[in-house]
Amino acid sequence: MIHALAFYVFAAVTVVSAFMVISARNPVHSVLYLILAFFNSAALFLLMGAEFIAMILVIVYVGAVAVLFLFVVMMLDINIAELRQGFLKYLPIGAAVGIALFAEILLALGAWSVSPVAAGSLRAKVSDVPNTEALGRLIYTDYMFLFQAAGMVLLIAMIGAIVLTLRTRPGVRRQKIAAQIGRRREEAVVLVKTRVGEGVSS
Amino acid sequence: MDALLIEYLPILVFIGIAAGLTIAMVGASYLIARQAPDSEKLSPFECGFAPFSDARAQFDVRFYLVAILFIIFDLEVAFLFPWAVAFKDIGTFGFWSMMLFLGILTVGFVYEWKKGALEWE
Amino acid sequence: MTLAQFFTTHWLGHLIVMVAQCLAIVVPLLVAVAYMTYADRKIWAAIQLRRGPNVVGPFGLLQPFADGLKLVLKETIVPSGANKVLFVLAPMITFITALIAWAVVPFDDGWVVADINVGILYLFAISSLGVYGIMIAGWASNSKYAFLGALRSAAQMVSYEVSIGFVLITVLLCAGSLNLSAIVKAQEGGFWSWYWLPLFPMFIVFFISALAETNRTPFDLPMSEAELVAGFHTEYSAMTFGLFFLGEYANMILLSGMGAVLFLGGWYSPLPFAPFTWIPGVVWFALKIAVLLFVFSWTKGTVPRYRYDQLMRLGWKVFLPFSLLWVALTAAAIQLFGWGPG
Repeated sequence: MIHALAFYVFAAVTVVSAFMVISARNPVHSVLYLILAFFNSAALFLLMGAEFIAMILVIVYVGAVAVLFLFVVMMLDINIAELRQGFLKYLPIGAAVGIALFAEILLALGAWSVSPVAAGSLRAKVSDVPNTEALGRLIYTDYMFLFQAAGMVLLIAMIGAIVLTLRTRPGVRRQKIAAQIGRRREEAVVLVKTRVGEGVSS
Repeated sequence: MDALLIEYLPILVFIGIAAGLTIAMVGASYLIARQAPDSEKLSPFECGFAPFSDARAQFDVRFYLVAILFIIFDLEVAFLFPWAVAFKDIGTFGFWSMMLFLGILTVGFVYEWKKGALEWE
Repeated sequence: MTLAQFFTTHWLGHLIVMVAQCLAIVVPLLVAVAYMTYADRKIWAAIQLRRGPNVVGPFGLLQPFADGLKLVLKETIVPSGANKVLFVLAPMITFITALIAWAVVPFDDGWVVADINVGILYLFAISSLGVYGIMIAGWASNSKYAFLGALRSAAQMVSYEVSIGFVLITVLLCAGSLNLSAIVKAQEGGFWSWYWLPLFPMFIVFFISALAETNRTPFDLPMSEAELVAGFHTEYSAMTFGLFFLGEYANMILLSGMGAVLFLGGWYSPLPFAPFTWIPGVVWFALKIAVLLFVFSWTKGTVPRYRYDQLMRLGWKVFLPFSLLWVALTAAAIQLFGWGPG
């Protein structure tokens, strides 16, 4: 009973907050509703017994991705009135894209059937092993190529981020720690013998 | 209900208690203390003059870069968790599989180091 | 139905037990937070050859309560330009996240509210939420100082979280479980069999990253008084400020607790024979936390503040590659010599 109740509560909050993401006036509020939606979907995963996925959802999406969104959204100078005007202007295009996607999903659902291979690749459920460990036994050996592909995707993301956002400012003076430590007395100090009344000129 | 979910129920109760406690604390302070706001008191803090521009401004793109790199390394850590737990079961192959993955990402790390993305100026 | 049956079978009984367990953690935790502020001030005072708080009550022992009462009796100021709901929500987020993480921390064998399989992931997830309270506070205040403080703080916390993640991985490699009780049990024995010894460099990385995560000196740039007034909580007063303050200390105690569980053998006594094993595990656990907290205060009393570029350099160019390398080394050592659990 509690299980079903929890499911409906979390599912309802997820849907409502997802709706608020697109309808909230202030973009910062949108991001916060998005975070709420992430949390509730993590709780839904938990109800299905997928502890690891639930925690990773919170760690990666709430703890990292949403932080970036919040960074971007908070620091933009957004004029809300301007944004409202834009909304009407882009409404037809947005609606067209939405309808197209929805139609595609319907088509995909209509043609959906269980692959004959799928049943064979199902594994017997190991009940006494926590699902993190069960995942660990599969990802790095059986699905090694997909795993390495994920590594390549991350590498490309890293390079892409640097290419897109890195701007080197000219004329910045940096601390060179190696030079600082490697400095010897001979390079830094010159002892000059001076005569009284003449000073040093170099 | 399954045993797994029973373990999570106390967390829900704990969140409820923590939330209740914080609301009670702020609420009590709001109700007990005398509230006498005026416009000077409510203006944002500034060193000796009235604030003249909106506080929320655009800032260095470097902060975004830090956030993006953080996502990537966070994902890397996420991949390491199941590996560390199942380390005994996956043997030498699993070990080298992860070393290859870390190697690929180290290439990226070296690239960003050389490019100066980790410099803060 | 007897009383014992009521508490073990009836759902209401279960609920009452759960609430009681949560309160049994929250109340001592709040007392610990209160006395941590007192101990902090006494330790700095000793370092600076002063007396510290000594007026309210014997040895100033009632000082934390006087401070708390003062905060409650102040006016709650919400700036006119602020986003009111978020402004009040931010300190609550900070405080709640600092509290709820304790649900999975084992105080003794079996003394844990929620003994979940993925305890360490839960801790990591909750600690990654700490950044929200600060960012929202900085943005909602609509004040330049708060905004800049929040920005710095967010970038800093995020940078050091990566190294904490790698440190957790090295501990997991040795313990082979995500459950915190299992991690402690893997370290059974005297102080020589705890993980601080084989993973000593990681223990140091963890402790320094913990200082950065909690915005303590030498990493307290977000609230460096000289430039940013008080950083992200510039605009806060009364209990909304109090929650940030309590949250900061609760977070410190939490990270010390994490350090005790991961590296200092949780509830085990340092010498595993007769007179020491009579002392209950929870006392040892509390003592270990106290030792780590003392080092927190000691550091604050002794070291100067870092510069921001040095801070980012330490996080990204020293700790990140070093802890990554250590993950690989630990894995290789276990692979080659078969250390760790069978």
